[in-house]
Amino acid sequence: MIIRPYGDTLDDGAVQLSFTLPVPDGPKGREAARLFVEKLGFKHTEITHSHALAEGFSFYVAYGKTETSIDFDTVRIKEATGDKVYSMDEACEVIKEKIGRKVVVVGACTGFDAHTVGIDAIMNMKGYNHHYGLERYSEIEAYNLGAQVPNEKLIDYAVKVKADAILISQIVTQKDVHIQNLVEFIELLQAKGLREKFIVCVGGSRIGNQLAVELGYDGGFGKGTYADHVATFIVDRVIEQKVAR
Amino acid sequence: MESKLALSEKRIERARELAKRIVSPVQDFIAEHTTVTVERATLRLAGADGADVDGVPVPNLIVDQLKSKLENGAVTYYVNALLKTGESVDGLNRKIAEGMKIADLPLGDKMAIDRKAQELVRSFSVRVKRNRAHREAKLKQFEGRNTSPLLYVIVATGNIHEDVKQAQAAAGQGADVIAVIRTTAQSLLDYVPYGATIEGFGGTYATQENFRIMRAALDEVVEREQRYIYLTNYASGLCMPEIAAMGALERLDMMLNDSMYGILFRDINMYRTFVDQKFSRMINAFAGVIINTGEDNYLTTSDAVEKAYTVLASQFLNERFAFEAGLPAKLMGLGHAFEMNPTLKNGFLFELAQAQMAREIFPEAPLKYMPPTKFMTGDIFKGQVQDALFNFVSKVTNQGIHLLGMLTEAIHTPFMMDRSIALENAKYVFNNIEDLAGEIEFKKDGLIVRRAQQVLEETVAFMETVDKVGLMPAIEQGQFADIKRPRDMGKGLDGLVKKGPEYYNPFESYLKNELGLEG
Repeated sequence: MIIRPYGDTLDDGAVQLSFTLPVPDGPKGREAARLFVEKLGFKHTEITHSHALAEGFSFYVAYGKTETSIDFDTVRIKEATGDKVYSMDEACEVIKEKIGRKVVVVGACTGFDAHTVGIDAIMNMKGYNHHYGLERYSEIEAYNLGAQVPNEKLIDYAVKVKADAILISQIVTQKDVHIQNLVEFIELLQAKGLREKFIVCVGGSRIGNQLAVELGYDGGFGKGTYADHVATFIVDRVIEQKVAR
Repeated sequence: MESKLALSEKRIERARELAKRIVSPVQDFIAEHTTVTVERATLRLAGADGADVDGVPVPNLIVDQLKSKLENGAVTYYVNALLKTGESVDGLNRKIAEGMKIADLPLGDKMAIDRKAQELVRSFSVRVKRNRAHREAKLKQFEGRNTSPLLYVIVATGNIHEDVKQAQAAAGQGADVIAVIRTTAQSLLDYVPYGATIEGFGGTYATQENFRIMRAALDEVVEREQRYIYLTNYASGLCMPEIAAMGALERLDMMLNDSMYGILFRDINMYRTFVDQKFSRMINAFAGVIINTGEDNYLTTSDAVEKAYTVLASQFLNERFAFEAGLPAKLMGLGHAFEMNPTLKNGFLFELAQAQMAREIFPEAPLKYMPPTKFMTGDIFKGQVQDALFNFVSKVTNQGIHLLGMLTEAIHTPFMMDRSIALENAKYVFNNIEDLAGEIEFKKDGLIVRRAQQVLEETVAFMETVDKVGLMPAIEQGQFADIKRPRDMGKGLDGLVKKGPEYYNPFESYLKNELGLEG
């Protein structure tokens, strides 16, 4: 099935855009903005709004229509979890039945990153947006180490409590500071010969499963992730490992 | 101001009485102690500045040399070195940066040291009073040109020169307050970097030179826009008082400065924080700097409905700690936030109730109201509506300082256009409901009135328990924000020093005297 963006008619290819140009607002700026949108491949382009942001900067809202299309049937998703996501109760049932002991999870926001909001959303008792966090799961032993945790300390802690899984949260991604930190973590784990000991996941608003796997993690969790997704991934992996052994 | 919520004066009084009782034993502890950063802040007020070839700041070099002598106060040794070497302040700074040891110089005549120290106190006093006078003159000259509540935006590029462009643009678009967010790790550095900086993560280093650069840039806009632009930074973390000192010297106008935030949310040792916050607040008070407290953080980790009382309790405690440091109510930007789950039925009514409650309980304080962040999703269209509701509540309850919500919150640090959209949103809402606050009364025993009364009751009950166990044990037990912080743990404890019998700090004495504080 070939698809295009939908405005009000199938296949009309209507798209809205907004952006800033480093030029003054005015007829010339608007025409430059329109030509830019055309150059992106849009037809029937229109600048519906512009205003000055500062000396030499202007803001544009643009519409255009595209002939570019996607073959929906060839799309493969790269999420860590498939279509089946366990609820909290389901996850605990599965752990009881198929694993027969508590699953241990250690999480932290690592490096210099001081934002606990991500790891808290996944781990805190309270959870986020009516999805309880892992601390609430009766069959999961969850340790949230908080923010600005050094990689070394996180690994030591995971060893100490015999964790099944390590969760890392990275919120600050400016200048790719998170990549460096995430790579360092995996390298450290490998150097200690512990990589295979743990299921290692990373999450954050700018993290995807694809990136995580590229960096050597088992799974990555981005926007819209709740504890349910993370628990499902970990539980299924622990069961897989058990079967493999 | 007439109460729209029929809050009980007696219960409010009780909360203030409890705050006083809770904070009082902590004050006794503070009076007997100093810290490495209090001493470094004092040295900075005296003129110590610069750094050695490795970037170690001169105030740190001095404090590190002094070791156990720190219990006498660092100023004695700094001033003694000035007298012994015959150097100017700049000359001595250079020598220390080059490796000169001042700790082992024989101590000269005490009277002579005091005379010289008083000279330094005077030049500090003249400079900060001039800054205050300048701010007051500009505010008077451009009276009525700022928006109410003040429109507060953040810049966070990591590069001070890029920050300048963003800040000037935002001020030109109507922002009244520019906050330069600090680089993400700075709160845990036990020194303040030196010089202009162009690299930071999620923000820009707070340095005195960066302060100076941004102040000069905003002063240009002040004249162009005929509107005073407030500059804000963070007197928080391990260098709280030093940043306050730098801000006083470079005419910053607001400082994020909370009495307990570092303990709870940055795992900084509680003894250290309590001592540091007091000296930092004395400096802020003398410099006329408005503090912004961090109560919004309670709601990003806990639920905004269930834990509303922790916000109000913290406001009462911050107010008390601030009074103890000589800050008048008009310099207390007590914090709170619009952080309820947007799917909550009648959530808007609860937000309105809590914002109005804060307004009525702290009538003189320029309350700092924080926008939705926790429930911003990446759906920028919904985000814009959430921000509009936040703008509405802020205006209709007469908040003081309005941190603008960004429709792209949870996606990236603001683009130039994001700030413009946020400013347009706020200006539209504010202008459209300019006089609505005066038209509104709330239904007696209605949802809003009952909600506010309930939060106040919960707050008093909570403060009663804190009073019973004591503030430090309460923090150890995790009564604040569900975070347990033992008193002998946390960062920066090794920088706590008991004052010796010979402790000398003429800057502290001067500030106490100016602020009308005892002792």
